Amino acid sequence: MAQAIARTTWWRSRRLRGLLFQGALIAGITLAVVGLVEHVLAEGGASGFGFLNNTAGFDIVQHLIPYSEQSTYGRVLLVGLLNTVLVAVLGIFFATILGFIIGIGQLSSNWLIARLCVAYVEVLRNLPLLLQIFFWYFAVLRTLPGPRNSLNPFDAVFINNRGVYLPRPEAAPEFIWVVAAFALGLLGTIWLRLQARDRRERTGEHSDIGLATFALLVLPALVASAITSFPLTFSVPVLDGFNFVGGVVVIPELVALVTALSAYTATYIAEAVRAGIAGVPSGQREAALALGLSRGQMLRLVVIPQAMRQIVPPLTSQYLNLTKNSSLAVAIAYPDLVSIFAGTTLNQSGHEIEVIAITMGVYLTLSLLTSGVMNLYNARIALTER
Amino acid sequence: MAPTARQTTRPPVERIGPIEWLRENLFSTPFNAALSVIAMAIIYILVVPTFRWAFIDAVWAGDSRDACLAVNTGACWPFIENRIGQILYGFYDEAERWRANLTLFLLAAGILWLTMPGMRGKPLVAVLLLTVFPLIAYVLLTGGFGLEIVPTYRWGGLLLTLVIAVTGIVLSLPLGILLALGRRSDLPAVRIASVLFIEFWRGVPLVTVLFMASYMLPLFLPQGMSADKLLRALIAVALFNSAYMAEVVRGGLQAMPKGQTEAATALGLGYWQTHALIILPQALRLAIPNIVSTFIGIFKDTTLVSIIGFFDLLGMIQAGTSDAHWSTPSTAFTGYLFAGAIFWIFCFSMSRYSRHMERVLSAGERR
Repeated sequence: MAQAIARTTWWRSRRLRGLLFQGALIAGITLAVVGLVEHVLAEGGASGFGFLNNTAGFDIVQHLIPYSEQSTYGRVLLVGLLNTVLVAVLGIFFATILGFIIGIGQLSSNWLIARLCVAYVEVLRNLPLLLQIFFWYFAVLRTLPGPRNSLNPFDAVFINNRGVYLPRPEAAPEFIWVVAAFALGLLGTIWLRLQARDRRERTGEHSDIGLATFALLVLPALVASAITSFPLTFSVPVLDGFNFVGGVVVIPELVALVTALSAYTATYIAEAVRAGIAGVPSGQREAALALGLSRGQMLRLVVIPQAMRQIVPPLTSQYLNLTKNSSLAVAIAYPDLVSIFAGTTLNQSGHEIEVIAITMGVYLTLSLLTSGVMNLYNARIALTER
Repeated sequence: MAPTARQTTRPPVERIGPIEWLRENLFSTPFNAALSVIAMAIIYILVVPTFRWAFIDAVWAGDSRDACLAVNTGACWPFIENRIGQILYGFYDEAERWRANLTLFLLAAGILWLTMPGMRGKPLVAVLLLTVFPLIAYVLLTGGFGLEIVPTYRWGGLLLTLVIAVTGIVLSLPLGILLALGRRSDLPAVRIASVLFIEFWRGVPLVTVLFMASYMLPLFLPQGMSADKLLRALIAVALFNSAYMAEVVRGGLQAMPKGQTEAATALGLGYWQTHALIILPQALRLAIPNIVSTFIGIFKDTTLVSIIGFFDLLGMIQAGTSDAHWSTPSTAFTGYLFAGAIFWIFCFSMSRYSRHMERVLSAGERR
């Protein structure tokens, strides 16, 4: 009887069926891949990455590193990648600030503010991102007045249909001393914080270091620049004929892209922040107040650390989404990776497979890097179960 | 002795006047009052001019840009009126547009049936919608069986947007379920293959996937064989979104208590029976809100096909705004407002439904 149960017929064995199924899957995938590679090689579709050394021959409107028409396709890849990173970093910065403000605003006790923030989220997250990019670029920035009638919201800031002109900081060689003084001040604040923490852990006494921190961060740099007769100057944009000279210009494509990406992603970040704060049990707040913490201390020491634990994972995926969504740049011809590499380079060189593979590889690497860094942070703040 | 019915009285309804309400909610502290004033200012600055521009100062009649240039203040609605056919159907032959209407009507009826509470035969309707409807829609839209053939490059506007969105949704859900099961499988080869597939699609932007579909897929096909351009885009959208769907379904599967699987196994059910009869029906129900969110994402992402040369709703508007015949300062604004309103209504109703389902589902747990 016992034997009959233990020994099932061989074709009904789970183990064997599992092995067979997996074998078939591996064989199928291998066959498909080998077949594809052979087919592509036979058609002459892929001919290696040598084309990256060829001269590109086209100009790029925005490059963070030196670039000219004589540069290679490899250089184009680098320029595009840096432009993508620029959009992603700026977008993440503004989206995080806006998202936290709106997210906290949604929980405001002020009825009007809460409604306003909810309305912001409901309107912007239900509109396609591409539509928002088009709106900012074609309907807003492209219809601005020309350079001669620029909008001038602040001194030395000019906005027109060619972009936003800002003063450019220019550092004299002596500026290095100011940086050194600031670094010294920074080290001082870190030492101060460690001291304060040490004291709190030893004696339980709280030391107020806010003012000292502020002084250490500002005073050394200020004194150093006074001694070196203020080495940091600004080059101000000036209207000369039909266009501006001096200063730094932010192209309208970049402005539209960053505005749309941050406004759109902020709605998702706001939802994550709202859910995170609402997810801290009210018992935690009540206990904190019962222990005699002030409302500020309660938020800073009890609510926010616990809320961050819930906010960080969705925040990570939103940062990744923003980075990937920056590829919509191609629709308004901002020179990002997809636009100038997977677009212009692909059309000119005709190396479809290599170009698309490199582009996808770059995004995959960016995604994995971001999630890796965020996982580290997440592990640091995760709940330590005893 | 029979117990007497206990008289219960409801708690008194708290009634406060509007002034009291304002004081409590908007002006309780000076800081709060300042916030309220700022909020009112923002609302006033945003809403009043937009409303004036879209309705009061708008131009409602005319047949070229001249009508809108004359007033030069509000929205240019004749632009939309003039192009509404293209915005809704693209270049779909005018005499054949009833076929598109019929398809959309069938779809709308099916969806209404599924979302209205208390309707009978929902599972049957769902199965019909996922199996029979696509066939009917395919024949109706492309032609054949006595209907005139309408090639896919003539499709456009809202019709194309809906075709891509619905196909993406219908294909990515079953694929996503398979991938989610694969990722949780005991068989290492299946698990690794699923993880690689899911993480690959989730790591790359949809734009590059669409580029791949339009440049690279033709290279992979045997010589002399060419796949329809729309078909290639549809496959790309479906594969891309199946990875996101897989993660959503996996979330639902993970929320299932282990006891369910163990009980099913104890009853003698095999892997597929356990999943088809016990696990998936419950896990999918748990995942409905997130599945609908993914649907919204797919719907919004259909606009990306305009980058590879399709004229979907947004692409059609975009093409219209660059037409010199209608070039006015307000054309682009008007076009985006109209397209935005359509997208917003679709997405907002889906998100309302998902919130509603979330409440319905958690009602059982609150018991």
